[in-house]
Amino acid sequence: MAGSALWFSLLLAAAFAGRATALWPWPQYIQTSEQRYTIFPYTFQFQYHVSSAAQVGCSVLDEAFQRYRDLLFGSVSFHFPQPMGKRHMSEKNSLVILVVTPGCDQFPSLESVENYTLTVNDEQCFLLSETVWGALRGLETFSQLVWRSPEGTFYINKTEIEDFPRFPHRGLLLDTSRHYLPLASILDTLDVMAYNKFNVFHWHLVDDSSFPYESFTFPNLTKKGSYNPATHIYTAQDVKKVIEYARLRGIRVLAEFDTPGHTLSWGPGVPGLLTPCYSGSHPSGTFGPVNPALNNTYEFMSTFFLEISSVFPDFYLHLGGDEVDFTCWKSNPDIQAFMKKKGFGEDFKKLESFYIQTLLDIVSAYGKGYVVWQEVFDNKVKVQPDTVIQIWREEMPVRYTKEMELVTSAGFRALLSAPWYLNHITYGPDWKNIYMVEPLAFEGSPEQKALVIGGEACMWGEYVDSTNLVPRLWPRAGAVAERLWSNKMLTNLDFAYKRLAHFRCELLRRGVQAQPLSVGYCDVEFEQT
Amino acid sequence: MKSRRWFCGCHPTSLSSSIWGRLSLQSEHSDTLTVNDEQCFLLSETVWGALRGLETFSQLVWRSPEGTFYINKTEIEDFPRFPHRGLLLDTSRHYLPLASILDTLDVMAYNKFNVFHWHLVDDSSFPYESFTFPNLTKKGSYNPATHIYTAQDVKKVIEYARLRGIRVLAEFDTPGHTLSWGPGVPGLLTPCYSGSHPSGTFGPVNPALNNTYEFMSTFFLEISSVFPDFYLHLGGDEVDFTCWKSNPDIQAFMKKKGFGEDFKKLESFYIQTLLDIVSAYGKGYVVWQEVFDNKVKVQPDTVIQIWREEMPVRYTKEMELVTSAGFRALLSAPWYLNHITYGPDWKNIYMVEPLAFEGSPEQKALVIGGEACMWGEYVDSTNLVPRLWPRAGAVAERLWSNKMLTNLDFAYKRLAHFRCELLRRGVQAQPLSVGYCDVEFEQT
Repeated sequence: MAGSALWFSLLLAAAFAGRATALWPWPQYIQTSEQRYTIFPYTFQFQYHVSSAAQVGCSVLDEAFQRYRDLLFGSVSFHFPQPMGKRHMSEKNSLVILVVTPGCDQFPSLESVENYTLTVNDEQCFLLSETVWGALRGLETFSQLVWRSPEGTFYINKTEIEDFPRFPHRGLLLDTSRHYLPLASILDTLDVMAYNKFNVFHWHLVDDSSFPYESFTFPNLTKKGSYNPATHIYTAQDVKKVIEYARLRGIRVLAEFDTPGHTLSWGPGVPGLLTPCYSGSHPSGTFGPVNPALNNTYEFMSTFFLEISSVFPDFYLHLGGDEVDFTCWKSNPDIQAFMKKKGFGEDFKKLESFYIQTLLDIVSAYGKGYVVWQEVFDNKVKVQPDTVIQIWREEMPVRYTKEMELVTSAGFRALLSAPWYLNHITYGPDWKNIYMVEPLAFEGSPEQKALVIGGEACMWGEYVDSTNLVPRLWPRAGAVAERLWSNKMLTNLDFAYKRLAHFRCELLRRGVQAQPLSVGYCDVEFEQT
Repeated sequence: MKSRRWFCGCHPTSLSSSIWGRLSLQSEHSDTLTVNDEQCFLLSETVWGALRGLETFSQLVWRSPEGTFYINKTEIEDFPRFPHRGLLLDTSRHYLPLASILDTLDVMAYNKFNVFHWHLVDDSSFPYESFTFPNLTKKGSYNPATHIYTAQDVKKVIEYARLRGIRVLAEFDTPGHTLSWGPGVPGLLTPCYSGSHPSGTFGPVNPALNNTYEFMSTFFLEISSVFPDFYLHLGGDEVDFTCWKSNPDIQAFMKKKGFGEDFKKLESFYIQTLLDIVSAYGKGYVVWQEVFDNKVKVQPDTVIQIWREEMPVRYTKEMELVTSAGFRALLSAPWYLNHITYGPDWKNIYMVEPLAFEGSPEQKALVIGGEACMWGEYVDSTNLVPRLWPRAGAVAERLWSNKMLTNLDFAYKRLAHFRCELLRRGVQAQPLSVGYCDVEFEQT
């Protein structure tokens, strides 16, 4: 039943027949009809099937049930229904969930199975999934299937859905260094990511501008590197909160500590870590990337990444490696001496490689995998075969589609971000361009294309903070979400527009300050309370 | 400058016989503020000047890390460079809840903006609740139960603005940009033709019917009475001639009037008649530049608003042409804030010099100011505030302050500080660049 043209047109026909037009992202297979069932909020409940591996006590689903009750019905209190006498055929008073594989207290991973089927017909109202993560995806879809008549009655149409993501890594990057984002902003973002079936939160915690991560092994990093250590930091408790909040939504936290470049804020807290730049024969007073010529550097990184490896449970860490400016290294006499000693000649890419290879070995020894920015690949750093390369540059050194080809043909897994820099705003409906990106539109064998594990929408923080993050992210990031979840054949912009515009109004209803796609209106416009 | 610090109980006063005088284009906004050993004193010609002084005073007061409030010894003489410093909101492409409009007026006052150009209706929707033609609203609004401005709402906006020294310049744009008027007033819009049959679509207001001018007469009588400012904005932009051309009745009218094939003459005919109607109600008017470009005969005291960046000429050239013809001009072309791009575009906004065109001092005196425009195709209450502020602040300073203020570092320091102050005042103003405020924005 793989995407044949006939099946797809059936999909569309089914979509326009019923009320399923409001789904975002669009499921892989859906059949729906005009036939509908009433739902009464007072008596509706989510129930575990007796055979489900997940039962009451499974926090991921117990909490999801509460969340989705609130989303669907507001804070309508639940009354236990009357003993099951005659049940009306036209009424659904529960969604029964059956999770096949146990594993409620674990963390989602790249390998997590997110498949689910949703069946709403005369006989049942049933969500079946392999794992709790798939159940979460199904619950979200269910919440988008329920609709309300003008009189206020809740309905769901007869529906059959089989769904699974096209790509396993569907991420969103937030930058909390250029601007500090209050914890609430991060948690709210995780909520909306879950509505869109995003499953990776790429947390670019620190950078040149500030170091808000509260390190316990090197507290001075935070004390001297944050904008304000009293107010603009993420404590250990904050970080735990983010990780658990994400986990409950089936979202992995991919933490990035970018080195050797983008590290100015590390300097004040760890004297000697950064390279002192030279003006002629004297230090100029400015600093450059991490100093790769000192043993201290690697001792520091060893200790620091031991902490990071223990704090962040995901198998992967993001180690950065982008935009290393060689000018400062070049100017420093100690580095020049080191280059000579190592026989690197004038090739600073070799020095960069040396640093990164050592770092990767350190991190591997802690049992972690890693993701790096494309420069690591472009500069021919020797990395382990299971490294994931994140492609972010649109035209340099080659067009990103070509870069996808090069990375995958070298056998590495790839993440696409280049056309999805959401911080790059322009006037007009740019969501269309975002949507029409086809991640596998490059020359390569099927085996190569299988190495593309997904992509990430990036919201860099130079001009973004909690005042404009939400309208700038949503609904535009939704276009990326669908491209990474749904069938490749979904390229009709009218069909997408109808659903995304509807979904945007639903986001408003859920309290999300998502901006408009174009001229129009929602039943209830956004008003700050 | 921080030599003395004062604990202060300040009583602003204003000297004016016209203390309750009407807020107008001519309203005197000047004030002096004196904070020294002897006094803490605000002197102004009118209440409007006092408002400006109060705002400045509020920005002089600062707080130490321990929490104590201070004001430094200060002497200020202030007045605006241009008398018309406006902001346009578009409530047709997207309905803006009343609270959004009122909040915007608050922040306009912080920036010393003094004109709220309310582009109430357009093609997309007609949210203005008309009492002479209730069907305009019933059939033209997105939802007449929820997406309208009642008479009470409009009064509220006008008074809220007045209390902040802000004039409300209402715009009812015709003959183009009027699709939403059609459902409520059958026959008002021109039916477009496909060959010899109506195509089912509609175009601009139909200038060939007497009914049209009867309607406009009655409608603008209402508008003239609802909106107290001397000026109304009558639009006149982007009139597409295609539909007119296709319509046989209009073709006949063109022949009868001897306009030949020149639809600019038909447009002129409509607009001249409309301007006469509005003049008779004792109102002045502002129009978009097409009215001037298309050589409509307008009264000498018409204000022309220049919005087109390159067509038919670069806007600086347009300023020259408009003022050399003796008309007063408002600049908007480089200040379309809805045109967002990546990066610190506030700098480009700030560096615009309204009088940078060829002309005599008398000509340049005809430039009465300008307006930042926030068109609503992609803007509603979810993104209005961060998109407006602090970027519109760059326009505000350009229109108030001395021409010589062009140092971007000096501007950046102050605007970044002002932006943090806006946050403190609860305004969801976006960042100018990398950095932080003591208290970041969190929605309650």
